[in-house]
This record gives sequence, structure tokens and C-alpha cells, in this order.
Amino acid sequence: MSVVVQASGLSKKFGQTAALEDISFSVNESEIFGFIGPDGAGKTTLFRIITTLLLPDSGEIKVLGLDGTRNFKELRMEIGYMPGRFSLYQDLSVEENLEFYATVFGTTIEENYYLIKDIYSHIEPFKKRLAGKLSGGMKQKLALSCALIHKPKLLVLDEPTTGVDAVSRSEFWDMLSRLREYNITVIVSTPYMDEAMRCDRIALIQNGKLLAVDTPTVVKNEFRRKLFSIRSAEKHKLIIALRSLDETISSFPFGESVHVTFKNDRLPDNLDLSLRERGISDASITETESGIEDRFLELIQTTEHQTA
Amino acid sequence: MKRFLGFVKKEFRHIFRDYRTLFILFGIPVAEILIFGYAISMDIKNAGVAILDLSHDEVTEKLSGKILSSGFFKKSADLLSYDEIDQVLKKGKTKAVIVFEEGFGKRLIREGKASLSIIADGSEPNTATLVTNYTTAIVNDFNIEIAGSALNNALKIVPEVRMFYNPELKSYSMFVPGVITLILILVSALMTSVTITREKEFGTMEVLLVSPLKPVQIILGKVTPYFILSFINVLVILAMSWLVFGLPVKGSIILLLAESMLYILMSLSLGILISTVSSTMQQAIFISLVGLMLPTILLSGFIFPIENMPKVYDYLSLIMPPRYFITIIKGIMIKGTGLLYIWKETFVLILMTTVFIGISVRKFKVRLE
Repeated sequence: MSVVVQASGLSKKFGQTAALEDISFSVNESEIFGFIGPDGAGKTTLFRIITTLLLPDSGEIKVLGLDGTRNFKELRMEIGYMPGRFSLYQDLSVEENLEFYATVFGTTIEENYYLIKDIYSHIEPFKKRLAGKLSGGMKQKLALSCALIHKPKLLVLDEPTTGVDAVSRSEFWDMLSRLREYNITVIVSTPYMDEAMRCDRIALIQNGKLLAVDTPTVVKNEFRRKLFSIRSAEKHKLIIALRSLDETISSFPFGESVHVTFKNDRLPDNLDLSLRERGISDASITETESGIEDRFLELIQTTEHQTA
Repeated sequence: MKRFLGFVKKEFRHIFRDYRTLFILFGIPVAEILIFGYAISMDIKNAGVAILDLSHDEVTEKLSGKILSSGFFKKSADLLSYDEIDQVLKKGKTKAVIVFEEGFGKRLIREGKASLSIIADGSEPNTATLVTNYTTAIVNDFNIEIAGSALNNALKIVPEVRMFYNPELKSYSMFVPGVITLILILVSALMTSVTITREKEFGTMEVLLVSPLKPVQIILGKVTPYFILSFINVLVILAMSWLVFGLPVKGSIILLLAESMLYILMSLSLGILISTVSSTMQQAIFISLVGLMLPTILLSGFIFPIENMPKVYDYLSLIMPPRYFITIIKGIMIKGTGLLYIWKETFVLILMTTVFIGISVRKFKVRLE
């Protein structure tokens, strides 16, 4: 297995703010490598460096064995890039957009149709429609088709599923998984933790720093504490109540419930009573399995403690 | 090459799908030619004059008939007394009042001299001057006529002024070159700078940069459609000025078209330059309008003669490309001059184009910063 992206010590500053600090990672051929992190974590900056759109202030990056600074022209032939914003021509039709990108990369729709067939077939019935008039999910499918039409060796997708409905998101990831067959390496970013599980390896990124790089399962299992899920109608009040307890290590909202860890990995004595004293009377408590988000939040908490 | 053509095709689609772009490209030039040609005409045509004839004799009838039938004037009122003059001028339709004194005809025959006053509305100085000049000319003409019939053999030196190149001093022969100059720089520079910044603003530039397209291909692909359309524009304007105003091109039409191409190229490269320094469409529009349109109108000699300006403006206008093109196009269209007389201006335009293109290509960013 060869290495497609090799980055070491990448740093990038915009004025006084550091967008990336000492980032190192490597991506292997045909894997789906996910960058998971909130908005402003530095994902877009990193992707722009990978795609030669930006130069790092320091550090080195080799993509497909090529140097992004000197060999950017050759490199640009091999990369498919889908920026975070919908960046197709709104006043061109679906078909015209695809045709344009095919021509620009010196190929034709027919030549690589097999690559995009799965996803393009969803939007093909609307191929005469202007891209600006498509729904969010369809726009993303079109953008992916356009990024793929020249059969790139490396596909870089910046938050491709943001603002897309759940069904389309799932279809989108099915499609990405199938790209392995064609030896296409995928680097993708997402703010959605549930999508992290569909990557081969993930990197957790926060404030321009990588917190962890590994397979989703390993990252998830690094969360070693016992995790409890507590539900209440008054979630916000519950969090405040839990944080005021001495035994609580962490408590974060998680969907409908609150994920909590306690000292000694066990429920504090008289938890019910303590919560009742703080105005929560309907708390239902269960032990639960941890996910990537829990590990992520734990990592953020520990780094914040270190810096504080 | 296929890539480039694909890009050009895409650009044409953008243009033809955006009605505003099409309007700016073709609506404005046609409208401006008509507006400048007709509405802002500096010629007199059917200007209202009132006649106060206190004499009512054969001579005054004949003279006022001559004035009114000249085509420059039309009678707006017949006045009976001096008191009415103020009133009729205030109404605005009447630009001047022609007053024949009492016993005009008799005096003329008896004393060989009679007076006539022209009272013009000075609130429109331009029109007033024109009206009085035209009337005086007609009266002089009339003088010669009657003098000629009365004293057949008397020697008389009559100065005859002839305007060369624009014998009737038609103002649209001045405006058409001006409008072409203005429109070409505006349309070409504005449109290219807007279309390039649009890609930046919509984020499509990011994708174009990551594609194998070279900067030159992107720039040329952007510029080619506008080059073609601007050239069509020139043809439309020339055809219109010929068909509507009967203004022919005196000199070589091939030379005129070649010079127009050069000027379009210069404007387009200026547009690219603007796009490299502005990151939003608004910025590009602002720079194009304020930085190009105003100086073109004010400093190119289009409306205000450069010779009459303070020296500072004269020097300032030296860096205005329209100044050179206006000299070129006026020369070819109206005087029929050849390249021999305009090679200096042509050279300056070529130089400017090269400089602009050079800076643009160097400033065009192959990355995002």
C-alpha cells in the first residue's frame, strides 16, 4: 500500500491567528480518510493546502509523491476537489456543468461515465435543469460527479454533506465507499460524528491541531471511562445540575440526553436525591456505550486543561 | 485547445443566459447612440421662435417666411406688443423672439437700413447662441439677396465660411466616435472584470484553479467572448450611425476596425487588471465606473475639448487610453486620415495593452492568496 499524502509539521497563520499548528499525518492509497472537527477547526485551510491552493508557512507536504509548491501543475491534473461551498455554475444546467468540467480536464462524460454512474443516475432525469434550481442533496451529487469526472487519483471533499438530508447523506457515503474499487483515495471532512464511522481512518481536529489519528473504532475505544446517559425534560438545567456535583468529570449534551462520566466510573451515591435537590425530578439514568463524539469531547477537555 | 473552447462555450452560455449582461452589451450602446444623437443634439431643429411684427409689410413677411422655412425654426406665436415677449419666453417653448421695428420695409427701401432685434432666452445659453447665430446668418443671406437685386453691379466682398469635414457642424459626427470610445471601454472593462470576480465570489475560481487550466487559458477564455461581442458592437454602432444619421466613415473602414480591435483589446486587458485587484463584483463595478467611465467622459475630449482644460487635466488625460482612441476614430471617421497621421496614438494604445496584459498575467494568482 502506497502513501498518497504525507504531511509533516504543517503550520499556517492568517495574520495573528494560527489556522494550523504542526499538523502531521499520512493517507494511504484507496482509503477514506476523514477529518472530523467543528467549524473553524482548520479543515478548509488544510484541504486548500492539500489541493495546492494555499502554501503552508512551514512544514512539508507531498501529495501523490509530488511537491505542492513546485509541481502544482502536475498535481492539479490528478486531484478532484469539491470545496465547502456549492461551487458549480448556477446558471448552467446539470449536464452543462458536468460537460464543462470534463472538457477542462481533457476528458468526456462518456469516457468516465462508469465512475459517476451510481450517483449521476440520481440526477440524470434533471440534467436539463439549471444547477441553481437543484435541491441541496442533488447539488452535492452533481458537485461530486464534477469532481470525479476526470478520474482523479485523489478526491478531496470539504464538508460534502453539510446541509444535505439524511437519506442523501447515506447515499453519498455508499458512493464514496464504492470508489475504493477504482483505487481512488478520498480525503473528506465532516462535522457529523456519525459519518466518522464510515471512514477507514479519521483525524480529530480542533483549533488547528490534530487530537488523534486512527481508525474510528480505535479512536472510539480510547474512551475508557464508563459512560452514563441521563435523560430529563429539562436538559439544560440537568447539565448545570450535573456540573455542580463534585463527582462529575464531564457532562455534555448528546442528542436528547446528556452523556456523563463520574469519578471512579460509578454512579455517585444518592444521585437521584442530589438531582432532585437541584430541581430535576424526572431523570432516567442508563449506562451507555461511548461514541467518537464522546472521545472527541474528552480530548478537547484534556487539551483545554493542558493549555489552561 | 479543446479545453479553451470548452471554456469559451461556457462563457457564452453565461452571457446569453443573463439578460442584464445582454442588455449592458447591446441595449446600452444602441440607447446611447440614439440619446446622444437625438436628444442631446447640439443642432437646432424646429426651435420655437415668436415673431413680433410691428410693420407687417411685404419685406417683413418675406424675411420671416425665410426664417421659418429654413427648417431650423418653427413659429411658436405671433405677438402683438412688446409686453408679450417676457410672457412667451417664460413659457419655455419659445427660444427667441424676432422683432421687426415699425415701418421696417419702408425704411429699408428709403434709407437702405432697417433694424430687427433678436431676443433670445439666455437661460439656455447654448441654444440662445445657436439661435441667434442661425438667425443672423439667415438675415445676412437675405441682405445679400435684396442687395444683389437692387445694385446689380456693386462690388461686395462677402466672406464665405466653410466648415471642413463636418460642413453642417452636425454634432452627432462628434458624438458617434465619443460613444464608441465610451461604450467599448465600459463594456469590455466592466464585463471582464465582473465576470472574473464573479468566479471568485461564487467559489468556482477555487475549482478552476485546481483544474489543469493555465492562467492564460482562463484569462483568454474569459476575454474571447467579450472580444467578439464588443467587435459586433462596433459594427452595430457604425451601421446605426450610417443608417440613422447618415454618417459615413470617410477613411479606411478596415483601418477603423483594426484600431477598434486594438482598443477593445486594451479595454479587456484593463478589465483583467481590475479583476486582479478586486475580490468582489461590487469592487470591480465601482472601479470600472468611477475609474473609467467618468474620466472617459470628462477627460478624453469626448465632450470637453482638452485644449480648453487647465494644464493639469491635460497632463492627466495623457494616461487616459480613451483620449488616444478618440483622436484615432475621429480622424478616420470624419477626416478620413490614414495610419500615417495616427501612428503615434496607435503606438500608445499598443504599449498600454502590453503593459496591462503583462501586469495582469503577473498578478493573476495561481493560488488563493
